[in-house]
Amino acid sequence: MAVLVIADRDGDTVRDTTHKTVTAALKLSGDVDILVIGQGSKAAADAAAKIAGVRKVLLAESAGLGHQLAEAVAATVTGLAGGYDAILSPATTDGKNFMPRIAAKLDVAPISDIIEVVSNDTFVRPIYAGNALETIQSGDGKKVITVRPTSFDAAAEGGSAPVETVAGADAGKAAFVSEEMVKSDRPELGAANIVVSGGRALGSAEEFHAVMDPLADRLGAAVGASRAAVDAGYAPNDYQVGQTGKVVAPALYIAIGISGAIQHLAGMKDSKIIVAINKDADAPIFQVADYGIVGDYKVIVPELMKALG
Amino acid sequence: MKVLVPVKRVIDYNVKARVKADQTGVDLANVKMSMNPFDEIAVEEAVRMKEGKEHHAAGTVDEIVVVSIGVTQAQETIRTALAMGADRGLLIQSDADLEPLAIAKLLKAVVDEEKPDLVLLGKQSIDGDNNAVGQMLAALLDWPQATFAGKIVLADGKATVTREVDGGLQTLAATLPAVVSVDLRLNTPRYASLPNIMKAKKKEIAVKAVADYGVDTAPRLKVIKVTAPPTRSAGIKVADAAELVSKLKTAGVL
Repeated sequence: MAVLVIADRDGDTVRDTTHKTVTAALKLSGDVDILVIGQGSKAAADAAAKIAGVRKVLLAESAGLGHQLAEAVAATVTGLAGGYDAILSPATTDGKNFMPRIAAKLDVAPISDIIEVVSNDTFVRPIYAGNALETIQSGDGKKVITVRPTSFDAAAEGGSAPVETVAGADAGKAAFVSEEMVKSDRPELGAANIVVSGGRALGSAEEFHAVMDPLADRLGAAVGASRAAVDAGYAPNDYQVGQTGKVVAPALYIAIGISGAIQHLAGMKDSKIIVAINKDADAPIFQVADYGIVGDYKVIVPELMKALG
Repeated sequence: MKVLVPVKRVIDYNVKARVKADQTGVDLANVKMSMNPFDEIAVEEAVRMKEGKEHHAAGTVDEIVVVSIGVTQAQETIRTALAMGADRGLLIQSDADLEPLAIAKLLKAVVDEEKPDLVLLGKQSIDGDNNAVGQMLAALLDWPQATFAGKIVLADGKATVTREVDGGLQTLAATLPAVVSVDLRLNTPRYASLPNIMKAKKKEIAVKAVADYGVDTAPRLKVIKVTAPPTRSAGIKVADAAELVSKLKTAGVL
């Protein structure tokens, strides 16, 4: 059994979501190859080749692949699929976009967002926003799977796999127009070791940034937000933690002025340590928090900054 | 232009799903059911296109067909979409819980019959959370896809779609016909007015059977069990920030 992992490329390197997907892949087979797709991706392929346990790295380049367009990625991957029993990708927005397209082209039922590999045909995945876990067995000869990165440890560095070039397909009937990526010096929300999240209690976009940004900078943390804060316009959409936003599992998650709706808890309940600061002692967030402080964030956060020194 | 909007009847957004004691699934007996919230956003956008509201030019869309695949009661879900402003409905009746691949194959058969210029649907259903049907339908049709739409502009035979992606926004131009899946922030769906609910009762809903389409809907996945997730227990309350910092240092996370 051989497994192909589609890398999550980030400029000249690959994100650690790739390393985490390799860990899931190694539970299926010892023969794990990585496919790096893009344009001008040789450096990223060399970075992927350093992940321990990888057999070889395939590099596919074309203009359409540069923006991970689903049509180009699907055409490239289906061309390689004959040599593999399973194709895995991290469940990023790119992976979620192109993997079902690949599955349909191969007449396979895709398996989305797995959190556990039970055996080489049986997997666990959350359904109903994480309110239930489904264990499913695939009867398809080939498996097409997206992997929830926060549920797997990152594979170590230290490998030296060979890099081969393969044919890259072009996009066809969809074309890239533009992108607006949020620039930040802070760690990425999905990968951060510490996340500080703000809720609707912060009351305005100015207050949100005035409270959250200095705390995040002091802790070297990423900033998140509840859906209520995002919907109210206090924070941009890509800050959203929860069922409809990002799923995070940092070592430390600090929720400030967040009540703890089910949809938010679905996105952060796997964090190692959860801290809640909320003036309502009955807020549901306290039911999942390891440490809670009942009080007004306007008092507590400055005290916290002081205590951190 | 004709728009096809597939909609799914699911557990209501505000109801907490509970796992059945025998681990065969989630208990849906006597639970409030509604239209999948992402599909409601797709219906709303199609209606705005037809009405020529916001940035949509008047006359861009002249017909909205809503299709649902599911139990007889899914007609209520279709009726909700008709009350919002869709023109007619189609129910493909099935008591089986069909997998996304089977749904995509049935929808392809509907597209072959209806020949829409655009298929607009929710990015995922809030029960199975697969996020797959739109992408698979596009693959089977060999149409371009634009998923997770936060803005859609129809002009010059193209759908220019701004997508909500990790780290920001990406804009694509997909040549029509295309499949577009919608994200939460595209719009806020309307509540149907009483006169429109009355009018919707006179709109046509055709009912067909899965067998009428002659596609393979056999399951590929076997559900071994459905369990409740591990619960987290509440920890302790600390008095102030200084005590919190000392606890976090002891725990090794600071």
